[in-house]
Amino acid sequence: MEPVRVERGTAASRVFAILAVPGFAALAALPWWGGPGDMRLVGEMAYYVALAQLWNLLAGYAGLVSVGQQAYVGLGAYALFYMTGALNMNVYLALILAGPFAGLMSIPVSFAVFRLRGAYFAVGSWVVSEVFALSASLIAVLGAGSGLSLTPAIVRQISPDRMGRDTILYLMSLASSVLVVAVVYLLLRSRHGLALTAIRDSEPASASLGVNTFRTKLFIYVATATCTGLVGGLIFLQKLRVSPEAGFSINDWTVVVIFMVVIGGIGTIEGPFIGMLIYIVLRELLADLGTFYLMLMGAIAIAVMLKAPFGIWGWVVQRYDLQLFPVGRRLALTQSDVPPER
Amino acid sequence: MEWLNIIIQGSLLGGIYALFAIGLSLSFGIMRLVNIAHGDLIVLSAYVALVVVQDTGLDPISSLVIVVPVMFVLGYALQRGLLNFTLTGGLLPPLLVTFGISVIIQNGLLQGFGAYTHRLQQGAIETASVQLPGGVSVGVYPLLVFAVAILAIAALQILFYRTRLGRAFRAASDDADTAELMGVDNRHLFALALGIAMIFTALAGVLFAIRTNFDPAAGPIRLILAFEAVIIGGLGSMWGTLLGGMVLGIAQAVGAALSPTWQILAGHIAFLIILIIRPSGLFPRTRD
Repeated sequence: MEPVRVERGTAASRVFAILAVPGFAALAALPWWGGPGDMRLVGEMAYYVALAQLWNLLAGYAGLVSVGQQAYVGLGAYALFYMTGALNMNVYLALILAGPFAGLMSIPVSFAVFRLRGAYFAVGSWVVSEVFALSASLIAVLGAGSGLSLTPAIVRQISPDRMGRDTILYLMSLASSVLVVAVVYLLLRSRHGLALTAIRDSEPASASLGVNTFRTKLFIYVATATCTGLVGGLIFLQKLRVSPEAGFSINDWTVVVIFMVVIGGIGTIEGPFIGMLIYIVLRELLADLGTFYLMLMGAIAIAVMLKAPFGIWGWVVQRYDLQLFPVGRRLALTQSDVPPER
Repeated sequence: MEWLNIIIQGSLLGGIYALFAIGLSLSFGIMRLVNIAHGDLIVLSAYVALVVVQDTGLDPISSLVIVVPVMFVLGYALQRGLLNFTLTGGLLPPLLVTFGISVIIQNGLLQGFGAYTHRLQQGAIETASVQLPGGVSVGVYPLLVFAVAILAIAALQILFYRTRLGRAFRAASDDADTAELMGVDNRHLFALALGIAMIFTALAGVLFAIRTNFDPAAGPIRLILAFEAVIIGGLGSMWGTLLGGMVLGIAQAVGAALSPTWQILAGHIAFLIILIIRPSGLFPRTRD
């Protein structure tokens, strides 16, 4: 028997995994027990979880604090609308291609923004997103300033009737968030995840231990851009219309997402879920207060950053050592290793 | 001759961009703080001036007598009461706290003033122009702004290299912990630094608001322009920032000459090109 064992799960994570199955099944069955309003809300929660997980992977693990991820939401949306409209492509095929398109565009972008470090990277990524937004507003085949709409014929490709459409779009949102969470979880448990966690904890130290930090970060940047593009395509497939302001909105696709990740707990998979729930609850409760509610969100983000920089889940981990998505490795001593009594 | 005109107008436009950039550059240079709310603080200064003008009947430039001290105190308090606590935990705390401040300022202004656009009225000087040899006509106001930018940077150079306070700033910039051991009170020093940065921000805010319409959402683009001027010029070099602003202004003027809708985009593209071919800017001084 090996003297020490590498443990990759915890009792809590196994219980959680068992409980998660019926919980997820209930959500997947929502179209049969909930109304269209419920589907819209839960669908929105699902794509926000996906965006938050992606931003968390980028900022929380790879140290790439981007405030320009709205670029890839917009690119995915425009790719979908252009391919279905001008190129007459099937809507499902276009949706599948929207992600890789955004990923492809992120490669030349990385040449510029990877020149910048830290907070300058953040603002640089924002400039890039502005470039895409301004370009979209100048290009005539993309509808210039007013943007593009999906024609009824394209909408009917999803499903001929309204109910079927709502159901399919909801299930796709749910599937996209499961896909993103699975990708992030499996990635973090893999060798690359070990490299990423090392980069998160200390970039110079990980580099000195042989982690190719540049290549790892580039890979994560392109991978998150691809997934963000897919989610962006899906979001605007539900909205039926995209304009430069809506598609490349920093507030909707980045500020809100950062709020979720920071409040929930950056650098964890659990954090974005909690942050998303808090955001949605606060929004539903306070939306009547108008601009005051956004000021309150800003104040909450500041307070959390100062008092609990690792967010709510960071506090839980510190206090209860609870992990629902275990991505680390722990050494456990086995029986044969305990010294015999004398 | 048309090209000469574009280059001159663009260079003058760079004066206001350099003024936008000074505050950002100061807080980064001394405290390594990238202030995401910088653009919103510029716009906030413009609103403070608007209130002063409405309540006292002063003209916008005279209102600086009140706006500058107000912004100085605000900057001092912001750094001392909030931002000083974010400087030890790495990259994210300052970034996200200033992000939060940005959201609060924008929505606070929206709450208080509505989404209407405003402009400060300075009178005849706004439209006056002088004829240069060669048939180029330039506005008096852009010339004035450009001169203010040069004076502001010269004043900062004197502050940094000729005074005791400047020596403390430079020491804290090189190594804050060691400066503290030598008897510098970093909490006070950093608060002073943001206060001084806000003096220039107030100046930039009022001068820009005389020339351009502003609304509560006008901040982020000012932050981006300031940031582009700093990076094009090279981190840590004040005169470089002025030249960076001028390069940005010229790129925008060229874009605007092609088509008015191209102005901002042309500036962004020039910035990205310079970033790719000369990542440390045109006139770099410090690394990091």
